[in-house]
Amino acid sequence: MLKTFTLGGVHPEENKFSSHKKIEVLPVPPVVTIPLSQHIGAPAKVLVNKGDRVKIGQVIAESGGFVSANIHSSVSGTVLKVEAFPDSTGYRRMSVQIQSEGDEWVDGVDLSTDLKKDFDFSSEEIIQKIIASGLVGLGGATFPSHVKLSIPQGKKAEYLIVNAVECEPYLTADHSLMLEKGEEIMVGTRIMMKALKVEKAIFGIENNKPDAIELMSRLAEREKGITVVALKVKYPQGGEKQLVQALINREVPSGALPIDVGVVAFNVGSIYAAYQAVQKNKPLIERVVTVTGKSVKNPSNFLTRIGTPVQALIDAVGGLPEDTGKVVNGGPMMGKAISSLDVPVVKGSSGILVIPDTEANRHETENCIRCSKCVSACPMGLEPYLLMSLAEREYFGRMETEKVMDCMECGSCSYTCPSSRPLLDYIRLGKGNVTQIIRARKN
Amino acid sequence: MSIFTVSPSPHVHSGQSVPRLMYGVVIALLPALAVSVFYFGIGMIIITAVSVISCVLFEFLFQKYLLKNPSTHLDGSAALTGLLLAFCLPANLPWWMVAIGALVSIGIAKMTFGGLGNNIFNPALVGRVFLFISFPAAMTSYPKPGQWWEYMDATTGATPLGIMSESLANNMPVSEIMAGMPSNLDLFLGKMLGSAGEVAAFALLLGLVYLLWKKIISWHIPVSILLTVIIFTGALSLGNPEKYPSPLFHLLTGGLLLGAIFMATDYVTSPMTVKGMIIYGIGIGVITILIRTFGAYPEGVQFAILLMNGFTPLINKYVKPKRFGEVKHG
Repeated sequence: MLKTFTLGGVHPEENKFSSHKKIEVLPVPPVVTIPLSQHIGAPAKVLVNKGDRVKIGQVIAESGGFVSANIHSSVSGTVLKVEAFPDSTGYRRMSVQIQSEGDEWVDGVDLSTDLKKDFDFSSEEIIQKIIASGLVGLGGATFPSHVKLSIPQGKKAEYLIVNAVECEPYLTADHSLMLEKGEEIMVGTRIMMKALKVEKAIFGIENNKPDAIELMSRLAEREKGITVVALKVKYPQGGEKQLVQALINREVPSGALPIDVGVVAFNVGSIYAAYQAVQKNKPLIERVVTVTGKSVKNPSNFLTRIGTPVQALIDAVGGLPEDTGKVVNGGPMMGKAISSLDVPVVKGSSGILVIPDTEANRHETENCIRCSKCVSACPMGLEPYLLMSLAEREYFGRMETEKVMDCMECGSCSYTCPSSRPLLDYIRLGKGNVTQIIRARKN
Repeated sequence: MSIFTVSPSPHVHSGQSVPRLMYGVVIALLPALAVSVFYFGIGMIIITAVSVISCVLFEFLFQKYLLKNPSTHLDGSAALTGLLLAFCLPANLPWWMVAIGALVSIGIAKMTFGGLGNNIFNPALVGRVFLFISFPAAMTSYPKPGQWWEYMDATTGATPLGIMSESLANNMPVSEIMAGMPSNLDLFLGKMLGSAGEVAAFALLLGLVYLLWKKIISWHIPVSILLTVIIFTGALSLGNPEKYPSPLFHLLTGGLLLGAIFMATDYVTSPMTVKGMIIYGIGIGVITILIRTFGAYPEGVQFAILLMNGFTPLINKYVKPKRFGEVKHG
């Protein structure tokens, strides 16, 4: 029996069209737009002005606090504008727009593709290098990585968990990265183990990626303390709490973090980026992005510079299909629909999904028939139908006692509802209001 | 420039819908319908047709002229109520009584509460109980199986549960009563007197398998009802086998299987959590046997389900699912 998490979960069509495509390097676009807020936490503080010359890997905005991250230029060229541009959330966010000219890197970056296995850095040195590289969680949550590496007083990490689940349908960025950069990922894992001072690391990979499981298991045999575990395919297994439970059967308490049960988890893409940061001094200026969809001519995975407009990726797969109804930054379950192809790729963009117009619109909402499918689908053990009706009546205090803040917005409830009720929309509304109530109570 | 749809996640849907679920249950009822037509012939066909058509018609009329809601009479829920109502009536019931039952089911039990999803009590059972109280004679004379071309003038008799109850009241021992009953095989195949759709145990179990396979229902409600009945009647029968019939007799007779598989599992009127479903199932099992064994009526499934329907809002309020990462107290 394959391991998996115990509560809830759904199994959407996988549609991993691009799982056997090589990672292609997307040509550097003529202009990039790099938002200053690509992570959870304080936006970075801009260091450049209009007209400045910048190199690839140069810090253009520095971390705006402990929970924040540096932002680097992904091209060499001239700063065109420092102003607000719409990003994938639809909001206008302060960004730096740079015109690409030439290919000039900052000093000290090792641009060779040779595998560099050995390192001799202390935990603190590794963390400093990671802070410098601007690394954030690349699975989509974009939490600054150094914060997770700085273990709070009185707590101890026992396990590093490498999240290679990629439970979102369609996406194959992590899968393709493992197939091509397996050796580097193993070195990155050892680096993160050193930084966390842990002896054990576990890879969690869903069973729909047998080639990656086979390869990573083979590579892990040579390493001390690294194991690879195949998991039953079930969404949202890539949720941190779900993955921790699936792998080591520990339940992260409500409101707590994995470190409270001795675990720190990183996305496999972040592990690869950590290898680049520590072994090659290469900051986070590019990432693998899956570009896919049912009508897309040639779904594939691209190594893409941060700030590249989505349009460039769409062009690379043969243009926007005629029947496009919706374009999503991320996967179909948690990604954000974008209104324009000018939106830039950011650190958290794991995929661009093109949805045909036949599937772009929601079905008509009907009465709740109390079938309880949302309750059995919820991986956090909540009652989405109840939360929705509480939100409709604006009973936000009651929503808090019904644990609405445990919701991670995985979308399993709305996905499964036979009456197509907008459960998650109302839960989000409730979460926003409950957050304000909690904040008001603290002050 | 292209115009894109922008909406919050998730951007995909399971494709599940109310009609698909409702017609799924209808499909699960087809084997039992076929068996009942085989035993009760033309009577079964007439009451089923009258019941289904009147339920759908009343749903349409109520929504169009009274509630002025968008019409959902074809979403399968009214048809399902009609089918279930017919299943728990005698196959020789006059057609106009069936139509009155449908009017009560849809008009009173469903629409006055606000339509699909808002009713507290199972509409088909409310319809049945209304008829049972209004026309007690017609509702307790069941046709004998095998009279294909007889409808209202079919020869009638008592159900196994009725015979059992009557004979026990006359102090006959169970072993003697069982000697006059149909064999267990006949009970399993449905060759007995009873409400039109409740007789064929094997066909109803086939329906259960289909419902579970298609994930239309979960196992918790039917299994907890049936297990409770087996344990309760098993204990009674072990204590005094001449006074209390065996669990197998209870399982195969009356409306237990129809109720446990198709009535108690009605989404709208059953609890939302696994724990709640089990409490509800145990409640139905216990009340059914209390009524059958100690009550005035030979059969108690209908009342047991309706009573537990009434408890469902309370169960939903106090029985919460297991939360992920719940901090344990004490």
